[in-house]
Amino acid sequence: MSLPNFPLHDDPGPNFSGLVDSYGLLPDYSTVNTATASDLAAITHGTTVVACTFADGVVIAGDRRATSGNLISHRNMRKVFAADRWSGVAIAGAAGPAVEMIKMFQLQLEHYEKIEGSPLSLEGKANQLSMMVRGNLPAAMQGMVVVPIFAGFDRRRDRGRVWAFDVTGGRYEEMNYVASGSGSLHARTVIKLGHRPDQSREEAIDLVVKALYTAADDDSATGGPDPLRGIYPIVAAITSDGYDEASEEEISTRFASYIETIRTNDSREA
Amino acid sequence: MNMPFYVPPEQMMRDRADFAQKGIARGRSLATIECADGIILVAENPSRNLRKISEIYDRIAFAGVGKYNEYDQLRIAGIRAADMRGYTYSRDDVDAQTLANQYAQMMGQVFTHDVKPMEVEILVASVGNAIEDDRLFHIRYDGSVTDEDGFAALGGDADRVREGLSGKDTSEMDFSAALKLAVEALSTDTPLTADQLEVGVLERHVEGRCYRRLENDEITTLLA
Repeated sequence: MSLPNFPLHDDPGPNFSGLVDSYGLLPDYSTVNTATASDLAAITHGTTVVACTFADGVVIAGDRRATSGNLISHRNMRKVFAADRWSGVAIAGAAGPAVEMIKMFQLQLEHYEKIEGSPLSLEGKANQLSMMVRGNLPAAMQGMVVVPIFAGFDRRRDRGRVWAFDVTGGRYEEMNYVASGSGSLHARTVIKLGHRPDQSREEAIDLVVKALYTAADDDSATGGPDPLRGIYPIVAAITSDGYDEASEEEISTRFASYIETIRTNDSREA
Repeated sequence: MNMPFYVPPEQMMRDRADFAQKGIARGRSLATIECADGIILVAENPSRNLRKISEIYDRIAFAGVGKYNEYDQLRIAGIRAADMRGYTYSRDDVDAQTLANQYAQMMGQVFTHDVKPMEVEILVASVGNAIEDDRLFHIRYDGSVTDEDGFAALGGDADRVREGLSGKDTSEMDFSAALKLAVEALSTDTPLTADQLEVGVLERHVEGRCYRRLENDEITTLLA
């Protein structure tokens, strides 16, 4: 392979997917036939992810379960990723295209930063992600829906910000919290009732732990804490110091303490 | 039909080399040192925006001297090649050797076939887990590659800078000591200050992206 060299009029600039496209390597779903219900059951899906703001930034979290129809296909899937040093992205939907979208998004941000010498603004990153979701629309129409959430620390405004998306690439910045995936209804309600913008990192982690627990409790496609195998949801906090994933130990302790609260309340139907 | 005058190939190569060397000699110099903390790249560069040193990949950095638009084009081509390779294979499959060969081919090609050779010299640096695994590939305008050991000097005044750096044991130095050595080698009469310097480092014991550009206040602290 020789060094890529483009004539001025087709230079992809800092756009990494444009570069990949020039090698003909971007996936093309336009020739895929419309999926039937049984085809869709064979596609691995990932579910519930949430993000909410707190005093110093944002937390972003997701469960670990992936399903194919009624089967559990993976118990320790990762749905929460660092997009770059100051932002994180979490995905729900068809796992294959979703993971590819994350990989492309991470590379897009890194590539831009290296070519231009400075990173994109947080808004610019959210916009890039929205264009990728929109690019996936033909696949979404065939049943391979990918709906991410995006959260980051805006260093120009000195606060955490969160975004939700829809399948058409619609980009919606929310004030306090966002959620996506099959258990998002339950998770969002828990966060809505418990959220305070001035909460601490620990309070925010407890809140998303409770939200994911509740989603797993009522949605069969969302995985709860799995002490048997030592698998817990991934929770990351993003502050002015950057993206930082909470240790498995911290998360397992937070879950154990929440479960203890339920037990002492003796709320067996909760 | 007009026949072009016959020019012996020796003469043509010599003319082209002279042309490129003159272009490079006009620019300021750059020094790179392998040390205990990693690799430090130091350039005399009064501009904050026209950068000579840049990140290419996780453990690889780029430095160029000479004509800005030419080495910047090479820098961008290198980032693209590295990112494409990492995307198609894996992040572990991107290495400095491959990149240096690609640069050498491109610059060699331009030197013999294009209207004019590139008036640049570039360096591809890659930091390893131990200092023995560090690599410095120095690629010249004609595509010739040198695998430098321990340090490298590029640019107009490279011979003088090389003299200042040679014979020093840098393997135990931290970034501060290595920066002082580089600045001493680059400076002529008065020592260069932070705002005349551009500094980038590849940190040895960092996971993932090891490259970091140092801001003025950090350069001042390291020089103190």
